[in-house]
Amino acid sequence: MISIRNLHKKFGDLEVLKGIDVDVQKGQAIVVIGPSGSGKTTFLRCLNILEVPTAGSVTIDDQTADFSKPFSKRQITAFRKQSAMVFQHYNLFPHMTALENVMEGPIIVQKKDKAAARKKAEAILTKVGLSDKMDYYPFQLSGGQQQRVGIARALALEPKVMLFDEPTSALDPELVGEVLQVMKDLASEGMTMVVVTHEMRFAKGVADEVLFMDGGKIVERGKPEDIFNNPKEERTQQFLNLIEKTDVI
Amino acid sequence: MYLNNIFSDPVRLERLSDISQSAWLPLLEGLVQYTIPLTLIAFVLGLILAVLTALARISTVKILQWIARVYVSIIRGTPLLVQLFILFYGLPTIGVVIDPFPAAILGFSLNVGAYASEVIRASILSIPKGQWEAADTIGMTYVQSLRRVILPQAARVSIPPLSNTFISLVKDTSLASLILVTEMFRIAQQIAATNYEFLLLYGQAALIYWVVCFLLSIGQGRLEHRFDRYVSR
Ligand SMILES: Nc1ncnc2c1ncn2[C@@H]1O[C@H](COP(=O)(O)OP(=O)(O)O)[C@@H](O)[C@H]1O
Ligand SMILES: [Mg+2]
Repeated sequence: MISIRNLHKKFGDLEVLKGIDVDVQKGQAIVVIGPSGSGKTTFLRCLNILEVPTAGSVTIDDQTADFSKPFSKRQITAFRKQSAMVFQHYNLFPHMTALENVMEGPIIVQKKDKAAARKKAEAILTKVGLSDKMDYYPFQLSGGQQQRVGIARALALEPKVMLFDEPTSALDPELVGEVLQVMKDLASEGMTMVVVTHEMRFAKGVADEVLFMDGGKIVERGKPEDIFNNPKEERTQQFLNLIEKTDVI
Repeated sequence: MYLNNIFSDPVRLERLSDISQSAWLPLLEGLVQYTIPLTLIAFVLGLILAVLTALARISTVKILQWIARVYVSIIRGTPLLVQLFILFYGLPTIGVVIDPFPAAILGFSLNVGAYASEVIRASILSIPKGQWEAADTIGMTYVQSLRRVILPQAARVSIPPLSNTFISLVKDTSLASLILVTEMFRIAQQIAATNYEFLLLYGQAALIYWVVCFLLSIGQGRLEHRFDRYVSR
């Protein structure tokens, strides 16, 4: 479903991604872990082309974006349609209700029929457990509810791939579970997902593969039980010790 | 002495009262025929110009940035009255003749465009980058992002400063009297020229300006309230 080849990204002289190769099969959930600043966010953003990679290629389904060649804005927009992003800080549209947030993409971008889009948006919001909050503005919702709207907004686009950038790290601990539950449900329905998260339980329970990133490279990859129980690389061990001790995101 | 005279002189009081009463109608005509249309048209055109200028300023196209900067700099760096005089008295000397009202519309629009563009630019820049990205990720084009996501939020931030611009504009239209637009203040001048009751007529005009601006500030409050529905207070 996704195949990433030799992905590079530089900000000026700073090389943030130093050649990433990843394959994700349809229906798989991949979890990416790694220390702060290792390039996880940049990696995800490159898949959605919110950042334009400096070299390499990304194939999603049958479309390939080859970043060694020039390409137009239109090509970016077309490629972007295949994936949808869930942000760490939700980035909901504050001037729209939950329902309007979810309907916005289908109606404005995909030009879907309003009534049908509304029905679908209502169904998605119900699915993420917000049937009673549809007409609330984001500021009236808790962090966990806002993030579920964020997920619903992404789902409404019917993407082939969902990208999650630390979706629970801005949440109070008691609200993390409700968001992870929604993500678990998605995974079990066969959604292809790339998730940056340090939620071990989620990784262990849901991930088909865990990637450990450090310094812009994938240092180690494997089944969650292998990575978490017997990491081979020293850097992975150090990192896992650190997050187990401090339980930080 | 003078004050004493007025209040102890019933004939003069009566005369003032008559002049005042017969002046209200022409003054209000000037308000409705010219002051208000001039304000509204110039404000709308100015806002359109301001949005375009703000977008040019924040665009990545150097030439657009540059044009916008020069325009704003010229308008902000020269007196409004001088701009109006150049348009109305200056341009005819090179064969460009514009009637008073269109000249005033042009002058005030250019003025609002420059000042409001700075407000709108700042408001657009105050919208978090995450909003652009969220718009991007749901597949919006630049224009869709602006129209649906950025400008509606920027509008909320802009209302207080733009209301000030609007209220200033109402009062500034009095300068159009100097390029022969028969707006309210010019009518006051014309009436006063016949009877020399300057204080009375200018005072009446001032009162009308004040009432209009007072009503506008109430409108501003309501508008702010409406836009605040989606932010916690
Ligand atoms: N837009 C940008 N411009 C310059 N440097 C950036 C930009 N975005 C990220 N970086 C840098 O790239 C590195 C990786 O950042 P990021 O991908 O956010 O890491 P992570 O998500 O793993 O914490 C950091 O050093 C960060 O400062
Ligand atoms: Mg990050």
